[in-house]
Amino acid sequence: MIFLKAFLVGGLICVAVQLLMDLTNFKVTPGHVLVGLVTAGVALSAVGIYEPLVKFAGAGATVPLSGLGHILAQGAIKGVDRGGLLGAFNGGVAAAAAGITAAVVFGYFAALLFKPKG
Amino acid sequence: MGRNLKRTFDPNKPLEMQKQEYKQMVKKVSPKPPVIRNSIWAFAVGGLICVVGQAFFNFFEGLGLNTLDAGAATSIVLVFIAAFLTGLGLYDEIARFAGAGTIVPITGFANSMVAPALEARTEGMVMGVGARLFSVAGPILVFGITAAWLAGMLYYLFGPNAPAGS
Repeated sequence: MIFLKAFLVGGLICVAVQLLMDLTNFKVTPGHVLVGLVTAGVALSAVGIYEPLVKFAGAGATVPLSGLGHILAQGAIKGVDRGGLLGAFNGGVAAAAAGITAAVVFGYFAALLFKPKG
Repeated sequence: MGRNLKRTFDPNKPLEMQKQEYKQMVKKVSPKPPVIRNSIWAFAVGGLICVVGQAFFNFFEGLGLNTLDAGAATSIVLVFIAAFLTGLGLYDEIARFAGAGTIVPITGFANSMVAPALEARTEGMVMGVGARLFSVAGPILVFGITAAWLAGMLYYLFGPNAPAGS
């Protein structure tokens, strides 16, 4: 069941973005999409909407990049709970460190090992 | 195709009419985004990537990791797969059909780092690859980190444990 929910919710987020790219006159690049998603994820997480979505859809909510925003926001908020003002500075990135480090490391190695096509 | 187009274009007509005809001709041949087909592809591929993520998440939870750690491990695996497929040139092949379905998931984040970095090899391994890894990831991190900091600050100032007097 969780697989079906993950498929539906994750797919719907992608469709929403696809329609935004196809039907609006804005020049929406992939970069804009990803920036918008991570920021929206932070905002929805901060007001308490994203966590219920994660509970409902699992990876359908955590795999889209808005999930990274959710992790950043929850890290900052829980950081404040633990360490006060300092937590707002170190909580977010600390919580998202695994994904960010993986992207940097694997990204760099991939660029070293492979030749560009064409 | 070019020959067919020429036939619909009559040089004996007045210039204004030629212009009109030309405009309609361009409109006819320029590709419209196939909105429905794009959406179906985005839905199927994006949803499928999430299902793969869910499978890895369940696997890691089964190994005894808690929710946060299982999520982090899932991200690591997905990012690895996406970086690898981008290096092989396969991710961008899928992206041509799947559009947002391959951009939106965290695999799209990894792709947005590797793809420009690959092209920058000739510019050097430090200021080429090292810098261009962040040509898209940089803005993402700037906005994500700033927004999360703002959320933390607001929570600090106005949350349940706000400093006395506020």
